[in-house]
Amino acid sequence: MGRLSVDLCGITLDNPVIPASGTFGFGYEFAELYDINVLGTFSFKGTTRDSRFGNPTPRIAECPMGMINAVGLQNPGVDKVISEELPKLKKCFHKKVMANVSGFSVEDYAYTCERLDKEEQVGWLEVNVSCPNVHGGGMSFGTDPAAAAEVTKAVRAVTTKPIIIKLSPNVTDVVSIAKACEDAGADGISLINTLLGMRIDLRTRRPVIANKMGGFSGPAIFPVAVRMVYQVANAVKIPVVGMGGVSTAEDVIEMMLAGATAVEVGAANLTDPFVCKDIINDLPRVMDKYGINDLKSIIGGVR
Amino acid sequence: MKQGIYKIVENYPLTDSVYRMRLEGDVACITAPGQFINIKIEGMFLRRPISVFDRDEHSVTIIYKVVGKGTEAMKDMAVGTELDVLVGLGNGYDTSVSGDKPLLIGGGVGVPPLYMLAKKLISEGKSVRVILGFNTEKEVFCEKDFKDLGAEVAVTTVDGSYGVKGFVTNAMDVPYTHFYTCGPEPMLKAVYKASTTSGQMSFEERMGCGFGACMGCSCKTLTGYKRICKEGPVMRKEEILWED
Repeated sequence: MGRLSVDLCGITLDNPVIPASGTFGFGYEFAELYDINVLGTFSFKGTTRDSRFGNPTPRIAECPMGMINAVGLQNPGVDKVISEELPKLKKCFHKKVMANVSGFSVEDYAYTCERLDKEEQVGWLEVNVSCPNVHGGGMSFGTDPAAAAEVTKAVRAVTTKPIIIKLSPNVTDVVSIAKACEDAGADGISLINTLLGMRIDLRTRRPVIANKMGGFSGPAIFPVAVRMVYQVANAVKIPVVGMGGVSTAEDVIEMMLAGATAVEVGAANLTDPFVCKDIINDLPRVMDKYGINDLKSIIGGVR
Repeated sequence: MKQGIYKIVENYPLTDSVYRMRLEGDVACITAPGQFINIKIEGMFLRRPISVFDRDEHSVTIIYKVVGKGTEAMKDMAVGTELDVLVGLGNGYDTSVSGDKPLLIGGGVGVPPLYMLAKKLISEGKSVRVILGFNTEKEVFCEKDFKDLGAEVAVTTVDGSYGVKGFVTNAMDVPYTHFYTCGPEPMLKAVYKASTTSGQMSFEERMGCGFGACMGCSCKTLTGYKRICKEGPVMRKEEILWED
């Protein structure tokens, strides 16, 4: 294992850098730009039981140091993901991929995870109980410890692959939700999903986004993410995947010091398509600068 | 698509709010008229997608309207400034189906992408007619550029202060084999209704990435869901689904 490598739920990552779901499609678009095998892994586009178009446009609003999106889980549905997207991915990515799953009922989550469990290339199931952009689902499961635990249990029953529950920051007590997921059989926790946000156009006096509200991401939310990763990592025994506003190698190290075993990069991919590759290339230099020989040794270094 | 550093070699106003900028750098991956570039601006999180007006061997020219903070910053950028730009984005117009008398219809800042298109069509030996629509005389730009290419040009203004009074559709009663258009959505709808042939229409939407990753600019078409930035911005008339 190299000095950048980490172990995430029993699977070795060459490095802890993971493009986050919804910012990297199913990988092959980015494979036209660079060899995506340099990544630790990536989390593919949020997949649901049935095909979804998502929300009306505009779906995007700019913010200082960030953006709001209200895409609404546009995806072709799990059957097409398996029959069309994964075969394309297999040609350009030779590592285990993280499958990101969302749903509107406990049965939805179980159904979609059961399908993806049979896919050899799927290494982890990242179960999104935190999408702020769909009604009657997503985030509603992630804002209540009992509901989050129920989803975790249902998924646990249909897969032997590691389950990582992706949590929302839009809650009063993230620790209680993380612990409920751990108790229900989760192998890891990832956080934070986007913060619920809103912008208003002064000319039209209407929300910029058609869906009115959306998920706020980008460097502006980084301090919130570091705080929540720190809180959760200190409360659970399972690994934590940190994300939220990460855009540099320094940010990766800060997240790991806060307690993250691996780090997802989201919005930064959209403004700089090469950012993950650049972060990976830059990590050894930044590690040298701060006297870090082995990245594994700094996980949760701050207490 | 390519990401690179591009140097501003020209940046000057054409009207009160419309500017012309030329950027020097590797433009090999701009392969079709109607494509766009995506410009990173200091202090702004998202890039600014702007359509390509023209390209030569070593530079790309854009024409942009100052509409917000990003374009406000662009208009004040000095020659020599270097910008981080993604180039060669979007599908662009297909000239192989134009027939011998294509009609090009642009409205406001929908005019610029038609220039490189007209140039290509004329180089293919086609007889190009262009309709340029504006609100009023002082907003008119690029008429001479199209004339210098050898295109037949009609200008319309809503207030009648220059050219034909009214909308672009008031100048469409001419023979043509295929149409190409770009402009605000109400104009696209009017052109769609008034048109009598097949055609291609370029759409606009707020974008996140501009290269197909975020699904921020998706739209429904008769042939499935498409991303304006990747499968678009140019759509065939036959596949367009107007939602309202």
